[in-house]
Amino acid sequence: MDPYVPLPYRVLATRKDTPDVVTLDLAPVGDSIPEPQPGQFTMLYVFGVGEAPISVSGAPVDGNPLVQTVRAVGAVSNAITRLRPGQEIGVRGPYGTAWPVESATGHDILFVAGGLGLAPLRPAIRHVLSNRDRYGRVSLLYGTRGPEDMLYRDELAEWRRMLDVEIEVTVDHADRTWRGTVGVVTKLIPRADFDPERTTAMVCGPEVMMRFSVLALQVAGLPFERTFLSLERAMKCGLGLCGRCQFGAHFVCQEGAVISYDRIAHIFTVREI
Amino acid sequence: MTTIRALPPGSAVLRLDGLQQLIAALAVRGYEIVGPVERDGAILYDRIASTADLPAGRTDRQEPGSYRLEPRADGALFAYAVGPHSWKRYLHRPNETLFKSRRVGEELVFDPPAGPPPRTAFLGVRPCELVAIFVQDRVLMEGHYVNTGYKARREATFLVVVNCGSPAATCFCTSMHTGPRATGGFDIALTELLADGRQEFLAEPGTDGGAALLAYLPTRPATEADWQAALAVTAQAVASIGRRMPPGNEIKAALQSNPEHARWDDVARRCLACANCTLVCPTCFCTTVEDRSDLDGQGAARVRRWDSCFTRDFSYVHGGAVRTQTRSRFRQWMTHKLAHWWDQFGTSGCVGCGRCIAWCPAGIDITVEAAAFTEGQNHGIT
Repeated sequence: MDPYVPLPYRVLATRKDTPDVVTLDLAPVGDSIPEPQPGQFTMLYVFGVGEAPISVSGAPVDGNPLVQTVRAVGAVSNAITRLRPGQEIGVRGPYGTAWPVESATGHDILFVAGGLGLAPLRPAIRHVLSNRDRYGRVSLLYGTRGPEDMLYRDELAEWRRMLDVEIEVTVDHADRTWRGTVGVVTKLIPRADFDPERTTAMVCGPEVMMRFSVLALQVAGLPFERTFLSLERAMKCGLGLCGRCQFGAHFVCQEGAVISYDRIAHIFTVREI
Repeated sequence: MTTIRALPPGSAVLRLDGLQQLIAALAVRGYEIVGPVERDGAILYDRIASTADLPAGRTDRQEPGSYRLEPRADGALFAYAVGPHSWKRYLHRPNETLFKSRRVGEELVFDPPAGPPPRTAFLGVRPCELVAIFVQDRVLMEGHYVNTGYKARREATFLVVVNCGSPAATCFCTSMHTGPRATGGFDIALTELLADGRQEFLAEPGTDGGAALLAYLPTRPATEADWQAALAVTAQAVASIGRRMPPGNEIKAALQSNPEHARWDDVARRCLACANCTLVCPTCFCTTVEDRSDLDGQGAARVRRWDSCFTRDFSYVHGGAVRTQTRSRFRQWMTHKLAHWWDQFGTSGCVGCGRCIAWCPAGIDITVEAAAFTEGQNHGIT
């Protein structure tokens, strides 16, 4: 089988999370891709338009569909967000590395999400919450631009109702209805309840947000090798063949997107690397 | 690659008519034959049918930013180094359809790419280029995922190397340990013997297929004198190569620890970001894809084509390009080629063919740029 050829998937349902973000439920028409691990991504192909790398937000297990959340920012992602139920899309993958949900067993877990960065973290959060007794304290720190940019509101409310999970949400710009925290998400890190000696942090969001998150985590005493980020770079294949996603010596599609910070600390702040 | 070895078993000597019969025998066996031809003032690689298509009596004069063909008094067929083409043109194609898709109602149907490629024989592969093919093998067919089109073509390729007797001033294969004499990995390796007015080819078989083909041709067994004459050709080439790349481990360390070195600013003032170096490079493999639609909207194709890390679009993610400056694009190219390649593929990405030096309109010399890092380590701003 040629690794560049997608499999046809049918759109089962679409949900508009925010004005420019849509979540799709997908099901295979015939053969399906292997089960994605939390943090992996697929290449989604829209007929005649092109392909884009999109993080998996929900794995197709226990009767659930393959869930992918997409922000309309380019030609392909715009076309994806305009798909209607019943239409078909090409899917290949899954690609890339996974969040360390297994090696973090027994640890306190700190999720730090910025904006759309909650989408790639969702499978890891769900894994941790459905295996709650295997982990220590669990915190989710989530920042968005405004209240209207928040993803998965129903699910966030559901997670808040679980008493053994700390959920902190902050917005850059509040409106009149907002009664929560205002400010960047990194400001929540010093207030979060975790033991840096036995914590794994999983951070996903815009690069500048991850840069400041890493600093705040460093101040909090978390070692680089237990700080995990999800990188974003241009990708045309997901296979390590097109060369575009290189970040230093790493192919982000192969050694990332999820990578521990100790492996990239020496280049993460180098401009235009 | 200059170790003096004994006369390889099975070696034979061909005359010009023997070379013609080698071409004919490959054609009879179903191979399309690609070799050097003179066109547009350069030696390019294209389909050939006979030795008459080869560039007789031509040599190339190359300097940073310059490539010129010049006549030679003898009728030498391979007395030049390398031109702007490399064999990647025939293995890692400039354009290749990945799949076609059709819309049938709401359904999406994918048609995989075309069937097996034609068998192709490359005649006149230089030792440095042979290593470049091995480098692309590592990248495109020996990793976790495989470029299936490349692999199919590679496995249908017959390799006739011609050892190098006329390196250009831009060449530095000796310091990359890639030439001027190939020691393995070919089907047949030829050395053109021109001394004392003769024109013969010493042929070494490298595979059973190569040996079988040689046995079919009109040859005479090679003597120790023929072998010494062949070694003299490449020994003379070694002696004439003046350019040198610093050792790989030194460059790797110097580049990877100096992303903010002042030399990047310096070279960025000269580099035009034209992408010539990446397109003539026999190992550069980066690609992009294009989507094409039929006019009726019912069919589409996805086509992969060569791309270059020197384009602004190369690093584009939503919101803008990661590498907006020429400085960061040159840094990406040279650091990848000479340093990260070791981490990724266990080898350098450079084979010392010198193409990027000759075809750079600004005459930027990768060996000089590399030396600026290894020799000026203490001046780096880190």
